[in-house]
Amino acid sequence: MHTKTIAELAKGLRSGEFSSLELTQSFLNRIKQHPQLNCYITVTEEPALQAAKAADARLAQGNAELLTGIPIAQKDIFCTEGVKTTCGSKMLDNFIAPYNAATVEKFNKAGAVMLGKLNMDEFAMGSSNETSYYGAVKNPWDMTKVPGGSSGGSAAAVAARLTVCATGTDTGGSIRQPAALCGITGLKPTYGRVSRYGMIAYASSLDQGGPMARSAEDAAIMLQTMAGFDEKDSTSVDLPVPDYRQELNNRIEGLKIGLPKEFFSEGLNSDMASIIETAVDEYRKLGAQIIEISMPNLKLAIPAYYVIAPAECSANLSRFDGVRFGYRCENPVDLTDLYTRSRGEGFGKEVKRRILMGTYALSAGYYDAYYIKAQKVRRLISEDFKNALSRVDVIMGPVTPTTAFGIGEKIDNPIEMYLSDFYTIAINLAGVPAMSIPAGFAQGKPVGLQIIGNYFAEDRLLNIAHQYQQVTDWHLQIPKGFE
Amino acid sequence: MFLTADEVKKIAHLARLGVNDQDIDGYAKDLSGMLNLMTQMGDLNTDGINPMAHPMDQAQRLRADVVTECDNREKFQAIAPQVEAGLYLVPKVIE
Repeated sequence: MHTKTIAELAKGLRSGEFSSLELTQSFLNRIKQHPQLNCYITVTEEPALQAAKAADARLAQGNAELLTGIPIAQKDIFCTEGVKTTCGSKMLDNFIAPYNAATVEKFNKAGAVMLGKLNMDEFAMGSSNETSYYGAVKNPWDMTKVPGGSSGGSAAAVAARLTVCATGTDTGGSIRQPAALCGITGLKPTYGRVSRYGMIAYASSLDQGGPMARSAEDAAIMLQTMAGFDEKDSTSVDLPVPDYRQELNNRIEGLKIGLPKEFFSEGLNSDMASIIETAVDEYRKLGAQIIEISMPNLKLAIPAYYVIAPAECSANLSRFDGVRFGYRCENPVDLTDLYTRSRGEGFGKEVKRRILMGTYALSAGYYDAYYIKAQKVRRLISEDFKNALSRVDVIMGPVTPTTAFGIGEKIDNPIEMYLSDFYTIAINLAGVPAMSIPAGFAQGKPVGLQIIGNYFAEDRLLNIAHQYQQVTDWHLQIPKGFE
Repeated sequence: MFLTADEVKKIAHLARLGVNDQDIDGYAKDLSGMLNLMTQMGDLNTDGINPMAHPMDQAQRLRADVVTECDNREKFQAIAPQVEAGLYLVPKVIE
């Protein structure tokens, strides 16, 4: 059962081949069999079994949706009413969310069965899942390697078939990079496409939730449920949601693919480069036209991001003050001591680093030099994307410069860790959608192909990804020990 | 080095963020590394460029000024560290 896609499982549930209760139980058993990956922070066994029974009743009544009865797991950044929501932090270790995130509510309404909450880098700040208070997640393809981050638990759980699909969030690559390193399909939608309501904020002008799944088709089914206007998110965009599944089978002859020369420079490992070239060749065989493009301001994406994201994070995380919810230090002597020690003891090192950076960039005398400058650079980067996407339909390239790196390898060198996000960060600054799909293996470890599209062209991205998955089987590979 | 240990202490105070003394030099080094990365932006001429705060350049949406939330005080205070009579408690501020 655990190797089937959402569409196949939906069919099985309807034909009576298995019930949602059996399906859910089988995934709960798999989660228990593989604790070594450390994917889950919380497993919601009892509520899951209840939800599965309700789904079976709904299926029997004939008013089920495609996701009814399908097991899913939520990144622990999404608030889940009555269930611990930690954001990977000691700060929220005791936080039982009083309401559901819009995304959680939508999946619940569709009848999907939540198995639990997935591990992640603390407050989504990290590229390796090592900054989590709950410990590192391991990559199912090689237990000595990181799964990527920040949605590392989501990627590892989907790759190891410890859930059918999972949610993720992407501020600078946090869906696409772990998807690439774990060999699954991940989509960061256009900024504003998926509601941020109840999704714990890191950098509000960059954060976006999205699907992490085994295939483009599964991602399309998930996005159908996640996407759409939400008046509770002030930056949600009020545009109609297309039928993503219906667009999957469109032919892609004549598709214009742009390859930015900045993506194929010295930083890219040669094995990675040749896998990306082979994937692009596959598209050429499907009738696509390849065009070399240039995006000269891409190189400034990392510096601009590491001003803007920490600045927004320092403001967003000021709400964690030990007063209304979350961690409070013992015996504070006065109010300043309460704030300072609660935050000092509740946050981990990477979160502190970014709060300090953001506070500095926003402080008097530095605001123009750093924050305004970065926002201007952001405009120029976004214009690079607009110009490129007026000439080509999509942009392709790598997701990461190398395959999954070793646990412990980069954690003490934050700058090196930041630089590894070169291929993903600019996309968030521009706000365009992008996907990572499995495109091969280098020394036994997965490699992702990135497909970047125009604003609100998620349907096109999913279509292009799906067509590739019809002629390749990289997305069907399962790590050893998890078959 | 862009930042000294004293400057890091000052920033930490502004952020009301407790940082252990033995970690201060490490943060000074890391933040200096980040600021060094940021000097690259200085090479790009951005005169006359409008700063970009939001990918869609959307204006903040307005809504009718009516009550939409119900009273959730009990629910929200149930997860607070310390409350009394419907109020959040903190150490004494005014003597």
